[in-house]
Amino acid sequence: MGFEHVEHELHKRRSGRNIGLGLVLVAFVAIVFGMTVVKVTTGGLGPKPTATQGASK
Amino acid sequence: MSDASINTQTQGGEAGFRDYFALLKPRVMSLVVFTAMVGLLAAPGGIHPFIAFCAVLFIAVGGGASGALNMWWDADIDQVMKRTTSRPIPSGKVTGGEALAIGLTLSVFACVMLWLATNAVAGALLAFTIFFYAVVYTMWLKRWTPQNIVIGGASGAFPPMIGWAAVTGGVSVESVLMFMLIFMWTPPHFWALALFMNSDYEKAGVPMLTVTHGRRVTRNHILVYTILLAPIAIGAGFTEIGGPIYLSVAVVLNVLFLLGAFKIWRRNEGQAQVDKYRLEKSFFGLSLMYLFLHFGAILAEAALKPYGLGGW
Repeated sequence: MGFEHVEHELHKRRSGRNIGLGLVLVAFVAIVFGMTVVKVTTGGLGPKPTATQGASK
Repeated sequence: MSDASINTQTQGGEAGFRDYFALLKPRVMSLVVFTAMVGLLAAPGGIHPFIAFCAVLFIAVGGGASGALNMWWDADIDQVMKRTTSRPIPSGKVTGGEALAIGLTLSVFACVMLWLATNAVAGALLAFTIFFYAVVYTMWLKRWTPQNIVIGGASGAFPPMIGWAAVTGGVSVESVLMFMLIFMWTPPHFWALALFMNSDYEKAGVPMLTVTHGRRVTRNHILVYTILLAPIAIGAGFTEIGGPIYLSVAVVLNVLFLLGAFKIWRRNEGQAQVDKYRLEKSFFGLSLMYLFLHFGAILAEAALKPYGLGGW
């Protein structure tokens, strides 16, 4: 004897929402990772040159 | 307690992912993505392709967030107007509180991420755009003045300027001209639609020009804004974003647009009703092509520049 699991439309909506949110979070992690890689490799995270730099003899 | 106590009715909080996505006004977002991308690609200087992708994405998310805030504030009038009754809040799929939370969260998220990805000017411009659309247009102007879409149109005009700032870190004549192009195009575009759409703005208490000042005045306004738009659109052709392709496209389109506006101005309601607003509908269709082709031409000039073909 066991309970029969009935898939209701409400469960489908909730499941779709969870999957959607999960994909958004994965995409966000991928974007932050990608941005970090680009910034590090292109020197975008380094200190900005000051006005005095390069003016020395 | 048994399973029978579970409420199977659609309630706030049990909306599907699509319902939340619909809060972001995806169709409006497509225009934001296109114009922001053009602004970004036309800007002088380089930007890493991945950063460019992220910048356009965050601008789109910011635009979507302002759409969610607009739906939260306008839920009462969306319930009254036929065109908007199926939106997530009036249809009962999403609660107003959820829309507000999503709108605010995504607004902060988009501005901070755009700032981190590109620069503070782009982030600040995006923040101002969201503020302008959600507060200045939605909360203040929309229900107060028939000039609502004129001033409110500014929020739709900012994306290319943000895209430009994402690359250059500033504002220039070219980015202001791209802004002005959309800003001055918005009134004739929307008023042409208002002339032939049987909208229930009156029932919702929104003062549209066709309702407050009549259709004759609306026709006059369409012509005046089209005349003011032409020198801006053609003038942009002589700047860094322009070139022979853009200038040719701009001249042809502005002649056609001016002719259309003149014809709309010349005729009266009786004539329009006889042919079921054929002229107004074709002018509206032309207005869509007008904006798409102007920005398409800017994009073409930018794309051809590396090969020594685009620009002056």
